[in-house]
Amino acid sequence: MTVSDLPGSGSLEELGVQNSWTSTAWSLIRRQPLGAAGLFIVLVMIFMAVFAEVITPFDPEENNFEFMLTPPGADFWLGTDQFGRDQLTRIIFGARTALYVGFTAAFVGAFSGLVLGVASAYFGGWFDLLFQRVMDVFMAFPLIILALAVVSILGPNINNVIIAITIPFIPQCARVVRSSALAIREIPYVDAARALGFSHRRIILRHMAPNVMAPFLIMLTTFVGQAILLEASLSYLGLGVQEPTPAWGLMLQGGAEEYAESAPWVAIFPGLAISLAVFAFNMFGDALRDVLDPKLRSR
Amino acid sequence: MTMPETQTEMAEPLIQVRDLKMHFPVTDGILVQRTVAHVKAVDGISFDIMPGETLGLVGESGCGKSTTGRCILQLEKPTDGQILFHGDDLGSMGRADLVAMRRKIQVIFQDPFSSLNPRMKIGDIIGEPLAVHGIESNSADRNKRVAELLTVCGLSPKMADRYPHEMSGGQRQRVGIARALSMKPEFIICDEAVSALDVSIQAQVINLLEDLREEFDLTYLFIAHDLSVVRHLCHRVAVMYLGKIVELAPCDELFDNPTHPYTRALLDAVPVPDPTIEAGREHRLVKGEIPSPINPPSGCVFHPRCPIALDKCAGPVPELRELRPGHFVACPEVS
Repeated sequence: MTVSDLPGSGSLEELGVQNSWTSTAWSLIRRQPLGAAGLFIVLVMIFMAVFAEVITPFDPEENNFEFMLTPPGADFWLGTDQFGRDQLTRIIFGARTALYVGFTAAFVGAFSGLVLGVASAYFGGWFDLLFQRVMDVFMAFPLIILALAVVSILGPNINNVIIAITIPFIPQCARVVRSSALAIREIPYVDAARALGFSHRRIILRHMAPNVMAPFLIMLTTFVGQAILLEASLSYLGLGVQEPTPAWGLMLQGGAEEYAESAPWVAIFPGLAISLAVFAFNMFGDALRDVLDPKLRSR
Repeated sequence: MTMPETQTEMAEPLIQVRDLKMHFPVTDGILVQRTVAHVKAVDGISFDIMPGETLGLVGESGCGKSTTGRCILQLEKPTDGQILFHGDDLGSMGRADLVAMRRKIQVIFQDPFSSLNPRMKIGDIIGEPLAVHGIESNSADRNKRVAELLTVCGLSPKMADRYPHEMSGGQRQRVGIARALSMKPEFIICDEAVSALDVSIQAQVINLLEDLREEFDLTYLFIAHDLSVVRHLCHRVAVMYLGKIVELAPCDELFDNPTHPYTRALLDAVPVPDPTIEAGREHRLVKGEIPSPINPPSGCVFHPRCPIALDKCAGPVPELRELRPGHFVACPEVS
């Protein structure tokens, strides 16, 4: 057993005392190598999404029948699809779609769940009982079925896809947050806040919600990964993002059936992108859980 | 220090508790919750607190002391009974009136570690009520007031930038006191306010509470189980047992002439800090265990453990009677 295995080692770094960027990064890589890899991929995705126009030489939506189904090579690193569009360009622009849907759905879903879950625990009684039964109804549906139902009612476009993905997230987050909030409700500082005559809204948002941040942040990061996967699934099924907008699920659908044997790169690379993105967010979420949970931290 | 005289009704009491009952339902069942029993945490207690007075509320764990405090704070809705503040019934007040009233009634909690929000800085914890109630809406004035309150409570104004986990237990308790004072209250409930502190820190905090009482004309309800602290700080003391007040008397009177068998047993249990006296003392230990408040004994709740119990003690519930001026006891057998 070395010193670094001892519980509490590295506590100075965790407290942010005399800390530089590089040493934080190194200690993260050392303690959470998978989480650091996840974070790296997430950062690369964000970079791709933000600077898509700058880093790609091709237009993601313009057809170029001269170069249809070109295999990966010097000009087109990841080949072209059946319309002659550069796959790499479309994957980079697809990151933008994926992150837009992923972040919006995850943030809206998780924050609504946070507020509703804390409120449910805070008010208790009939409100809690009724609210939890409604949440049960939503959670009885598999995620993809519920999202499919919502999209088929609202019609397929990118904002409806976000709504469809957000709705199943709310009960998931509310349920987890509620269980933490139930414990917090009994802590005297909540009583103190009530005795000081604060409004319910203030107590829920300012006094209870910030104290359930650990489970909430983990839910949030996992939701981003899940949302990306759901968006890809819906797009693949033709109920999500519509052509010619570059989206990974859509690219997979275009390539998977017809060109699986003749031009496998059309399906392989978007599929890889989806897997990597989901993997990255899940690993990052796991690492975040370990870092935020003091009981797991010392291991 | 003059003793307020309840029996002559010289002044209007600040707080009047009238036949307060707090019964918590015990529920059973998976789908349909049905009430199978009630925990009678507080079962019909009445007392007055005069302006400027400190009333001690003592008793063993689970006797309903804290629940009484929570009912006065309107953190629990009492099953029955009234709580009057300046003659106004708190239970029948609308939300807006109640919020205004909450400014006058504040609380200091037992545990200084859990009574402060760990995610807020000390300055925000003390300043938030000032902002919410519009007492100091300007942020510069608010910071000044926070610094003032910290100084009054014996803390450095620099502490405003700290988080609760960066402070010691005694310092945190002072923050809790500063937060209660921020609303300029008339009445503060100290719910075991010093029980969680070291003895040396306890003395400091008690002295602080005494100084603040003088300075701001405060009235305290001092809930405690430490009898020596109560004797030092309180004007009158009420002894609770199993949800009922068994004896209520001026502080010195109660400690010098305890009459109720339970009070006597309670005072007997206090150790004397002298080994020779302690060795020669005869301890009158109370037999048995404290009964469940779900099914309290009939008649006098103390009768199964009482050394002087008679058959009739299981009969009608004894009322508080005035034995000597200001000295009330709920036992017909003592004099």
